[in-house]
Amino acid sequence: MPELKTKILSNYFYVDQAFTYDFYVGHGGYETAKKVMTEMEPDAVTAEVKASGLRGRGGAGFPTGMKWGFLAKPEGIPRYLCVNADESEPGTFKDCLIMEWDPHLMIEGIIISSFALGVQTAFVYIRGEFHLPEINLSRAVEECYEKGVLGDNCLGTGYKLDLVIHRGAGAYICGEETALLESLEGKRGYPRLKPPFPAVEGLFGCPTIINNVESIANIPWILANGGEAYKQFGTEKSPGTRLYGVSGHVNKPGVYEEELGVPVMELIERAGGMRNGKKLKAVIPGGSSTPVLTPEECQDLTLCYEGVAGAGSMLGSAGVIVLDEDTDMVKVLVNLLRFYAHESCGQCSPCREGTGWLYKTMKNLLNGLGESGELAKIEDIADNMEMKTVCPLAAAATMPTRSYMKKFRSEFESYLKEVELQMAVQT
Amino acid sequence: MTTKVSPKAYTAEQQERFASTVAKYPHKKAALLTCLWIAQEIDSYISLEAMKYIALLLEIPTSHVYTVVGFYSMYLTQPKGKFHIQVCHTLSCELAGSEAVIETIQSTLGIKPGETTEDGQFSLTRVECLAACGEAPMCQINRSYFVNLNADKTAQLLADLQSGAQEVANA
Ligand SMILES: Cc1cc2nc3c(=O)[nH]c(=O)nc-3n(C[C@H](O)[C@H](O)[C@H](O)COP(=O)(O)O)c2cc1C
Ligand code: SF4
Ligand code: FES
Repeated sequence: MPELKTKILSNYFYVDQAFTYDFYVGHGGYETAKKVMTEMEPDAVTAEVKASGLRGRGGAGFPTGMKWGFLAKPEGIPRYLCVNADESEPGTFKDCLIMEWDPHLMIEGIIISSFALGVQTAFVYIRGEFHLPEINLSRAVEECYEKGVLGDNCLGTGYKLDLVIHRGAGAYICGEETALLESLEGKRGYPRLKPPFPAVEGLFGCPTIINNVESIANIPWILANGGEAYKQFGTEKSPGTRLYGVSGHVNKPGVYEEELGVPVMELIERAGGMRNGKKLKAVIPGGSSTPVLTPEECQDLTLCYEGVAGAGSMLGSAGVIVLDEDTDMVKVLVNLLRFYAHESCGQCSPCREGTGWLYKTMKNLLNGLGESGELAKIEDIADNMEMKTVCPLAAAATMPTRSYMKKFRSEFESYLKEVELQMAVQT
Repeated sequence: MTTKVSPKAYTAEQQERFASTVAKYPHKKAALLTCLWIAQEIDSYISLEAMKYIALLLEIPTSHVYTVVGFYSMYLTQPKGKFHIQVCHTLSCELAGSEAVIETIQSTLGIKPGETTEDGQFSLTRVECLAACGEAPMCQINRSYFVNLNADKTAQLLADLQSGAQEVANA
């Protein structure tokens, strides 16, 4: 499969000095923002983003322009933009590349978005563990203040925009947008009940838009080329390109920018094919929270929102984890359940207790201690967690659990049988 | 416990760092996470005295600062070794051999996850996905990422850290 001809996001990944102001401006950077701010009305910018059909790249795939349209605009109350750079969904490692290699692309996206939304203070909530992405982004912001790209007279247009980088401190849940807001306000990252939605009552009680890094990085291209032009990439319902993170049992794991709708089997080929010539056993299509897919389901699967939804899973963060024939699915699930048990914020009992029980029960099964009613028990725990919590983390643990147990049932049962066999031998 | 803790006495320069951070936020309280980072950078962990100083600065109860410190996994309330090795053990890393990395560290240094070597040089922690799954298995030492590891490379890395041939970023 040939490499994508027009890249929107990854043109300068791994290019020496690409993260500097001089490089960015030398390649036409900030021209679009300047033009937009001098020649367009804010609402026309939002209209262009709506026309592009851009959908959020953070997980849920909500149309970005539509989200911006929901922003409440009461007089005399500030509005905020928060860029979600918490990137913590296992299997996802794309936003960090944008910040490490092309931080000015993201800043230009923030400037254009802030102008469209009437935002005067924008925040980037960056994952606490990130090192080079944080250093390069912070340096880029400093450069922007020095050059007058940010500040009281943004790009000489008279627009005032401040950009604050806020470093998280290790908590997966802070990627959930309302937990992110709590964390930004200096609290524990406990998700909020919705409604009110952040677009009405968000950061410090003010109207707030939260967008993923990759969503924002698409904005300069859309405004430079027009919303219609953006639609030449991808599918009708999923326009544009995406940064697919491919990891697991492939020869060349990494981030690949491809059009939405790329067949998953082609993406695996792009990533060097299966490691050691092994056969495919399963694909996790969009980060660890998304239901697993079998090789049969992958055969004609295209990686766009509707394509993956049609197969009963989700495109999520487009973190594609590839599993080969030697993979023990019980072990995979134990690993993921440990993650969710560790990352539950503890606010709702069904999630706090349920994720822990799921992990312990599944681990017991793996260790040969599972009794015959164990699988039904796991499903019962899952039933008592779903739709009973403040945020979707509980479902992020139960949905994959159900899919692994359904699609690879015999593997789970074989762990039970071993116990029974052992007992039969002992008696 | 009712022993009275007095706020940490920071230098004028350090106090200025805290103050300029607070000024960036529309509300003082929002500067809490960033202030905690500054405190941890100065002492390598966050003492009760530092929490008290930050509480006074942001005009919030010390108990609030304390619960926030407890919520986030990266804030340390006790000093770690000079090199804090954090090995990712989430799925993509496990598939690529993170257990072999952890095993090598355990056997070379004689410590288990959660422990620090007696000479205070190394601490070992298991951590969840660090968003470097394309370069698995990997670990973070202080702030630096080390990727595409295996048992041999891990052993070499430990030797290089001990000899000073390999440096790590602390800020
Ligand atoms: C448990 C949980 C974790 C999440 N983690 C992230 C994350 O790390 N990064 C992200 O951009 N969105 C994450 N999201 C989605 C956000 O809540 C939000 O939908 C997204 O940032 C909106 O941006 P978008 O519309 O541009 O995609 C998470 C959601 C949940 C429920
Ligand atoms: S569902 Fe879990 S992570 Fe979400 S708010 Fe409740 S306890 Fe916290
Ligand atoms: S699974 Fe280890 S970095 Fe993502």
